[in-house]
Amino acid sequence: MADISVNFLGIKSPNPFWLASAPPTDKKINVVRAFEAGWGGVVWKTLGSQVKNVSSRYSAVDYGGHRVMGLNNIELISDRPLDINLKEITEVVKMFPDRAMIVSLMADNDRESWHELIKKCEDAGAMGFELNFGCPHGMTERGMGAAVGQDPEIARMVVEWVMEKATIPVITKLTPNVHSVVPTGAACVEAGTNALSLINTIQSVTGIDLDTFVPNPYVGGKSVFGGYCGPAVKPIALKMLTTISQNEITRKVPISGIGGISTWKDAVEFMLLGATTVQVCTAAMKHGFRIVEDMCEGLNNWMDEKGFKTVNDFIGKSVEKITHWEDLDINYHHVANINQDKCIHCGLCYIACEDTSHQAINIAKGNPYNNYTIKEEECVGCNLCKLVCPVDNCITMEEKRVAPEYINWIEWQRRGLPLNDH
Amino acid sequence: MAIKNNRLTAEQYEQNFSDIHPPFETKEAAMVEANRCLFCYDAPCTKSCPTSINVPKFIKQITTENIKGSAHTIFSSNIMGAGCSKVCPVEKLCEGACVYNLMDEAPIPIAKLQRYSTEQAMAHNWQLFDRKPSVGKKVAIVGAGPAGLSCAHVLAREGVDVTIFEKEAKGGGLMTYGIAAYKVTPEFCEDEVNYITSIGGIDIKYNQELGKNITVEQLQKSYDAVFLAFGVGLARQLEIPGENLEGVVDAIGFIYDLRTKGFPSLPVGDSVAVIGMGMTAIDAATQAKRLGAKNVTMVYRRTKDEMPCTQHELDIAMLDGCNVMWLAAPKEVKGENGKVTQLVCDVMKLGEPDASGRRSPVATGETFELNVDMVIKAAGQMPFETMVQQQQIGHKNGKVTVADKSVTNLNGVFAGGDCVNGGKEVVDAVQAGKDGAAAIIKFLAI
Repeated sequence: MADISVNFLGIKSPNPFWLASAPPTDKKINVVRAFEAGWGGVVWKTLGSQVKNVSSRYSAVDYGGHRVMGLNNIELISDRPLDINLKEITEVVKMFPDRAMIVSLMADNDRESWHELIKKCEDAGAMGFELNFGCPHGMTERGMGAAVGQDPEIARMVVEWVMEKATIPVITKLTPNVHSVVPTGAACVEAGTNALSLINTIQSVTGIDLDTFVPNPYVGGKSVFGGYCGPAVKPIALKMLTTISQNEITRKVPISGIGGISTWKDAVEFMLLGATTVQVCTAAMKHGFRIVEDMCEGLNNWMDEKGFKTVNDFIGKSVEKITHWEDLDINYHHVANINQDKCIHCGLCYIACEDTSHQAINIAKGNPYNNYTIKEEECVGCNLCKLVCPVDNCITMEEKRVAPEYINWIEWQRRGLPLNDH
Repeated sequence: MAIKNNRLTAEQYEQNFSDIHPPFETKEAAMVEANRCLFCYDAPCTKSCPTSINVPKFIKQITTENIKGSAHTIFSSNIMGAGCSKVCPVEKLCEGACVYNLMDEAPIPIAKLQRYSTEQAMAHNWQLFDRKPSVGKKVAIVGAGPAGLSCAHVLAREGVDVTIFEKEAKGGGLMTYGIAAYKVTPEFCEDEVNYITSIGGIDIKYNQELGKNITVEQLQKSYDAVFLAFGVGLARQLEIPGENLEGVVDAIGFIYDLRTKGFPSLPVGDSVAVIGMGMTAIDAATQAKRLGAKNVTMVYRRTKDEMPCTQHELDIAMLDGCNVMWLAAPKEVKGENGKVTQLVCDVMKLGEPDASGRRSPVATGETFELNVDMVIKAAGQMPFETMVQQQQIGHKNGKVTVADKSVTNLNGVFAGGDCVNGGKEVVDAVQAGKDGAAAIIKFLAI
C-alpha cells in the first residue's frame, strides 16, 4: 500500500483531497460529514465582511444527456455570522485533529481588517489560511476578491499585510479571470505567501432560458455573470497550473490545485503538473462526499502499480513535458490505423476526416456496413479519427518517423527545409 | 372441448391486448436512449429501412428537443412512421443493423424513439407538410392501405387531387385489419389515416371494391392516372381433407374479426392448432392464446432455420405459452358431427433446397395427431388473381407485374405494395407508394 498522506507546509492530511472553499465547507454539519466520509482537509468557506446572498444561486451546463458538465454560481462568501463560523471551526478541529483545516479569508481592503480577521481565525484553531483573491462576482464591486487578484500590485500589498500578522502558513488563491495568472502569482510569492492555489472560478453565462430570454441563474427576472467550475474547466485549470509550475518565481512554493477535479485520475493529473494537494467542490456538490472513497482507493492502486511509495515521488513529474511549440520534434510522425476486427462501421472517423480534416480515410460502400481504411500517405496524424471513434483502441496511432533525428522548427528554418508537405 | 367466446373478464382482455411495446413513459427515458445513439455516418439503420428514414437525424433531433423536426424527418421518408414504429419487425431492419449489435450491446430502440416523436406529432396534430396549390390533375388510387396512403400523401403534397377507393369501411388496410391487436389498436389506425389525410386533397371513398363497384377502365377514363394498391387477401388453402369442417378458419379472417368485432365476442377453441410460422401465424397464435385458448400449437413443416418470422416474434409466442411442432405438415383435419376434433400431421424431414433456396420438407411416412377443436390456417396469402385477370392487369400468378418499380401494362396505371410483391411488410408498402407517386409525377409531367 502506497502512502497517500501529504505534508503541506507542515499541515498534515491523510490524503491530498481537500474540499475547496465553497458551500460544502460553509458549516460544521457539512465539514463533519466530509471528514467522516474521509476527506483529508477542508478550506472553510471564505470568512470576511458580512454579506447577503440571493436566490437562486447556481446554474449548470448539461451535455449529451450528462448533467452538470459545468456549474456556475453567484453565491458570495459566507453569509453566516463570523463568531458562529469560528466557534464551529474550533469544534471541528477538536473532533478531527488529523485533518487539514484551512480557512479562506477575504477581509475589507485595509490592513487592520485583515489583521483582525487573521488573529480571530488563528485563535479559533485554523492550521492555515487561503486568501480569496479570486471570487469573480459580488465582492469585486467592493474592491475585494478578483479585484485584488487581477492587479498584481494590490495583491502584493494585501499579501504583505497578511504576512505581517499570520503565524500559520498562508496560501494565496489566484483568479483565472486574467490574461495570465503568473504576474499576480509572482507578486504574491515575492510578498511572502507560503503557497499558491488555483484556479478560482471563471466568469461565465451558462445559458439562457429560450422562453423568458433571461440567462441562468434566474434572480427575479435578471441574471449576472457567475463563477464557472466543474469538469468543463479542468483543461483551463491544468494550463494555468502549468504556467505557475514552470515560472521560476512561482514554482518555489507548493501549490494546491483546483478546477474540475472529479476523480483520482483528475487529481493525479494536477499533481503531475505540480500540485501537492487538490481541492474539490463541484463533484462533491453533484454526488456528495462519498466520492472521496474511490479517489483514495484509485490513487493508492495507481501508485502501487507505478511503484510510487509517496505522493512526492510523482508530484511535478509532467511539468517538464510541456514545452514550447518551437521545441517540438518535426520529424516525429504517426498515422492512424483502424483495427478492422474492432471496427463497428459507424463512419464517424470517416465523416470527421472527410469533412473537417485531410480526406485520409477510404470508404468502401457496403450494405448495411461500409468499411473504412486509412490512406497513410494522406494522414497527417492529427488524432481526430481516434478521438471520435466510439470503440477503445480501435483506431491507434502508429509511429512512422519522417527521419530518425530530432529537428525543431528553428533548425528546420535555418536549414531551409521544405514547407507545406500536405 | 368447444369453441366459444367470452372466455375472460374485461380486465383480462384489457391486460392481454394492451400495448406489447409500450412507449417511453417520460422524456428523460427517451433522452437516455437518444443520447446513446452514435449518430453514424451513412448509417446502417437508415440503409436497412425500406423507406430510408434518416434515423440518426431524427434521433439527434430528439436530443435537441426539436421534436417537430424529428417527426418531420420521419414522415418525410415514411408517412406511416407512427404505425411502422409499432408494427415493423425492426429486429431484422433498422435495429438489427444498429452498430451497437457489433459491440454486443443492446441496439438503440429506434422504433420506440420513432414512436416518441410521431405520437407527439399526431397528438398535437402538427401540420408538418404544406400542400402545393392544385395543379389540376386527378389521380385515382385503389386501396387505402399503407401503399395507397403513402402514394396519396406524396401526390397531395405536389398539388394533385387524389381519390382513394377502399373496399372496407375504414382506411389503413392490413394495418387496420390484419395485425395483432396488441401492436396497434383500431383507434390508432383511424387516427393515423386521419392524420395523413389532414394535408388535404385526399378524398377516400369507402366500400368501393375493384371489380365490384369500380373497374380499372372506368378509373382510366375519369382520372389522369391510377395507382393500384389493393393488396392481397385470400388465405392460401391447405388442400387437405377436412378443410371445410366447422372450426377451421383462416388467420386473415380470424384477425380481421378480432380487429372489428371486439375481443369478448370472438370465439376461440380450447385447443388450437395454427398452421404456418410467418408473422401472421405468430399473430394468430398469440391472439388465440390471449383470447383464452388453453392450448395453442403452431405447426410448421420446416425447421427453425427456415421460419419466415423473426426470433423476436417467435419469442413472443413462446412466452405466451404457445407450443411449436417443427417438421410437421398438416395431412388431414378429422371431425365429428361436422366439427374439428383432430389435426393429423405428417412428420417431415429436410430434403434438397427448393426454388426459395430453403431445404424443402419431405414426408417421412410417419404421422401424428393433435387433438384440437380449432385450426387456424396461416400458410400465406394469395393474390386476387381472378379479379386481376378480369381487369386485364398484367400479372404473374396473380401478382401485378410492373416495370421500373411501379409501371403496369395499362396506360397511366401504376401499382405497388402487396398486390405487386405478394405480401411484405407495411414499411415496404409505404416505399412502394412513394415509388408509385414518383412514377405518376413523372408520367403527368408535374
